[in-house]
Order: sequence, then structure tokens, then C-alpha cells
Amino acid sequence: MSPEAQVAADTLWVVFAGCLVFFMNAGFGMLETGLCQAKNAVNILAKNFIVFAISSLAFWALGFGLMFGDGTSLLGTNGWFLGGADNSPATGDAYVGVFSSLNWTGVPLAAKFFFQLVFAGTAATIVSGVVAERIKFISFILFSFVLVAVVYPIGGHWVWGGGWLAEAGFSDFAGSTVVHSVGGWAALAGGLLLGARTGKYRQDGKVQPIPGHNMSFATLGALILWLGWFGFNPGSTMAADAGAIASIALNTNMAAAAGCLAATATAWLALGKPDLSMILNGTLAGLVAITAPCATVSLGSSLVIGAVAGVLVVFSVLFFDKLRIDDPVGALSVHLVNGIWGTLALGLFNTEGGLFFGGGAAQTVAQIKGIVAVGAFTFAASLLVWLALKATIGIRVSLEEELEGLDTGEHGMEAYPGFTARAPLSMGGSKA
Amino acid sequence: MKKIESIIRPHLLDAVKNALQEVGVVGMTITEVKGFGRQKGHTETYRGSEYQVDFLPKLKIEVALPEDLVEKAVEAVVKTGRTGKFGDGKVFVTTLDEVVRIRTGEQGEQAL
Repeated sequence: MSPEAQVAADTLWVVFAGCLVFFMNAGFGMLETGLCQAKNAVNILAKNFIVFAISSLAFWALGFGLMFGDGTSLLGTNGWFLGGADNSPATGDAYVGVFSSLNWTGVPLAAKFFFQLVFAGTAATIVSGVVAERIKFISFILFSFVLVAVVYPIGGHWVWGGGWLAEAGFSDFAGSTVVHSVGGWAALAGGLLLGARTGKYRQDGKVQPIPGHNMSFATLGALILWLGWFGFNPGSTMAADAGAIASIALNTNMAAAAGCLAATATAWLALGKPDLSMILNGTLAGLVAITAPCATVSLGSSLVIGAVAGVLVVFSVLFFDKLRIDDPVGALSVHLVNGIWGTLALGLFNTEGGLFFGGGAAQTVAQIKGIVAVGAFTFAASLLVWLALKATIGIRVSLEEELEGLDTGEHGMEAYPGFTARAPLSMGGSKA
Repeated sequence: MKKIESIIRPHLLDAVKNALQEVGVVGMTITEVKGFGRQKGHTETYRGSEYQVDFLPKLKIEVALPEDLVEKAVEAVVKTGRTGKFGDGKVFVTTLDEVVRIRTGEQGEQAL
């Protein structure tokens, strides 16, 4: 293939994969809306829609430069507003520009930016589910901007921008840590400061479930996310590398399948019934977990990694409820817990250098170091941002607005006008 | 004239409706309702936690009848609406003071 044709093929693949990842916004939107109450549907849809617009501006202005711009081992200091020298698609030593950390991929700068942007957007949209049904719209907007402009890119620089974790041997192919755990840590900080939805945890210590209003939406959303992952992981080659993208796609799918089935079995055995929301969470857990190791593990290992994720996610949901950390859609269990698991799994299952494959503990130790470092930074930085928002404009809607629904309170409209929008009659709450 | 209000299981609507028509009922009104009786609803689970569903979905069928049809109509509802399990519902029979057909202004049994 001529160099020009190679650039064209690589660019086509990267942009197409980016489009698949972009579509994950629809997946998150449907999943989260379905798993929340009808009276908050407009608010959740609005958050999930607007978050990509926010991410686009934030990542263009600051985020991309901080993450991939040349600078120190802690952060990038070049490339604001996509500016600065750059002769992409030149690669390696032929590359001259300020985004040296991306000189390994032979696509135009715009393609690099587009692909990385949809990843940044994914991290931001994870937050939405955890803080759903009680956060102020404006506070979510402001947090999302800061997350994508500053917090996400700094952790990302350490791993993908040529920073200190990359130098320390930490490896995260498509972002179990860089994207998913980061989103999860940022969300956890927000969720802790917000507190649970009113009525979720009763005084007698029991959990009062707040069922989602549309399991069809939730299922469609999960399936869209599964599809989107075929861009997320195979696209992270950032090259039309025939062998790699096919095997990564297959590994990705097998982990999803194993996560789906493992969560189904776990829910069936541990909870009595195969709860659909757990089946969906299990699939996504498998996908999150395989995101880091998808390019460097075998098909068999992918199945094991996904299966463990599927078991983990069910118990994680129960665990967070025990701690009274309210997560309406299970995003902490899916993205945070399994982002950590997937990152660790790379150290254990890597065909070359993995602990279980005779490679010693070095990779696993490097993985743990990265998990802790990125987690500590992201959680602390996010907590600061949330605290600042809480101290100024506030982050939680009034109790009255929460009970009435954020749709009328925040947006002055309903998702289903003409239907009676209210808590299901079943939600008596006092008994059981 | 009597009014029969039957609270039934939603999936038995067709059977009850057909049986009522067979005994001579010519019109009816149905409403989706929710309620509970002595069993006080049931429990469901969501993401590992049980919760009480107090109000279960039922259908209410209202029919207005001349006196001579009442017994057969009640019998038809009871026969086709019964599964023998808790939650089969109830039939309420009340006296109607007046009925008016809006189109013509006819009153009483003429309007049924």
C-alpha cells in the first residue's frame, strides 16, 4: 500500500471508530434515562446530550493540550486550541510538532483530536448516571467542563501523553483507567457530596429501591454501548491494522458476552431472579474490564476477565448500597470497579509479561501504581471542584424539586406530557 | 335498573366481556385501575432489594342493566373472571336512579 493510501485507510478507520464511540452518548442517554424515574427523564436526557457539547469545547480549548501536548511528565504545556506546530500524519522521527506523544499514529491531527475527544466525552458522561435525579443542571455543566478541560487530561497525560506513569511501565490500551475509572472517581466524589436520593435508604436500614421507568430504553442503551465499544477498543489502534483490530474486536465481544452471562448467573443465584438491569450492567462491566487489556491478552483470557467483571458488578452494586452510596444506574460498579479490575487484569493476563503467564509481577505492580495514582488524583481534584461548586452555587436541587421531579424544576417541561408523571403507585414506602 | 362494577384481572377482560355480551349486555365501560384487597399487594425486587407493591393493576368494568339481567350478568362475570387464586377481584351491584341517552334524551330503561 502506498503511504498515501495507508494514511487514508488509517484515517477512515480512526474517524469511523470515533463515530461509533460518539454514538455511545446515545447509549448512555438511553441507559441512564431508562434506569431513572419518568419525572427526571428530560433532565437526564439533557445532561447526556449537552455533555458532549461541553466536552468538545473544553477538550479543544485546554484538555487536548494538557493531555497530549509536549510538556513535563505531569502535564502538557502546549497545543491549546489545537494550536502549535504539527506535521501529522508524519510519524516517529519524521514528526515535527507539539503533540509528540501521538506521533505513533499516522493520521491527521484533526483525526487524532476527534478520536481523543469522543473518549474525553465518554469519561464525562459516566458522571451523569451517578449524580442523576438530584443534581442541579448548571452544576453538572460546570463540573463537566472542568473535568474534561483539566482533570481528565492530567491523568490522561500521565498514561497516554508521555507522562510519568507511561515511563513507569503502566499500560492501559483503550482506557479502563484513563477513561472509565476516571469517570467513576469523579462521579464518586460528586455522589458522596450530593448524598443519596431522598427515600432510597430507609431509617430501618433497608434499601428502598427506586425502579427505573423504562427497561426498554435501558436495554437499547446497553446494546448501543456494546456496539460503541467496537469503536472504543479496536479504534484505539488508531491505525487500520487488520490483525489487531479484528482480534481486539473479538476479545471485546467475548468479554462482554462473558460479563453478561456471569452477571445473569450471579444475579439469579445471589438475588433469586435474573434482574435485567444486572444483566445490562454485567455486559458493560465486561466491556469496561477488557478495555485496558484487549490488545495484549488471549481470547480465553478475555472470557475470564469478562466473567470476573460480571460477578464483580453484581456484588459491587450491593456493596455500594450497603455503604449507602446511591448510584441510580450502577455506573460506579461498572466503570470504577471494573475499570480498576480491567487495569489490574492487564498485569495478570498479558500474554507477554503477565503474572499468570510467567512474566513476573513487574507489570502488575506497575498497574497497581497507576490505578492508585490516577485514582487518588482524580478523586481529590474532583472533590475540590465539587466542593467549590457546593460552596458557591450549590450542587443539589431542593427537596421539593427532587420530589416533584427535575424535569419541571430544572427545565419547566415533562418527558411524557399527557401521561400522569408521578412516582409509581407501588412506591408506598412505609411498608415492606 | 342496576349498575354492576366488576374489578377483574386485566388478562381476563376478553372472556368477561364476551360472557357479558352473551347474556345480553349491549354496552360497557372499562377503566384501568389499581388497588389491593386482603392480600395487600405483593413484593417485587429491583437490583437486589425487595419492595412492596401495594396497588396491583386491575380493570374495572361498568355496565348498566335492567333488573332481569342482573343475576345472569353477575354470574357471567364471576364464572369467567375466576381463577380461584387471591386477587380475582369483586363485583359491586348498586341501584341506578336514572339513565339518560345523551343523543336522544330518552330516559330510564329506554336509555339502556
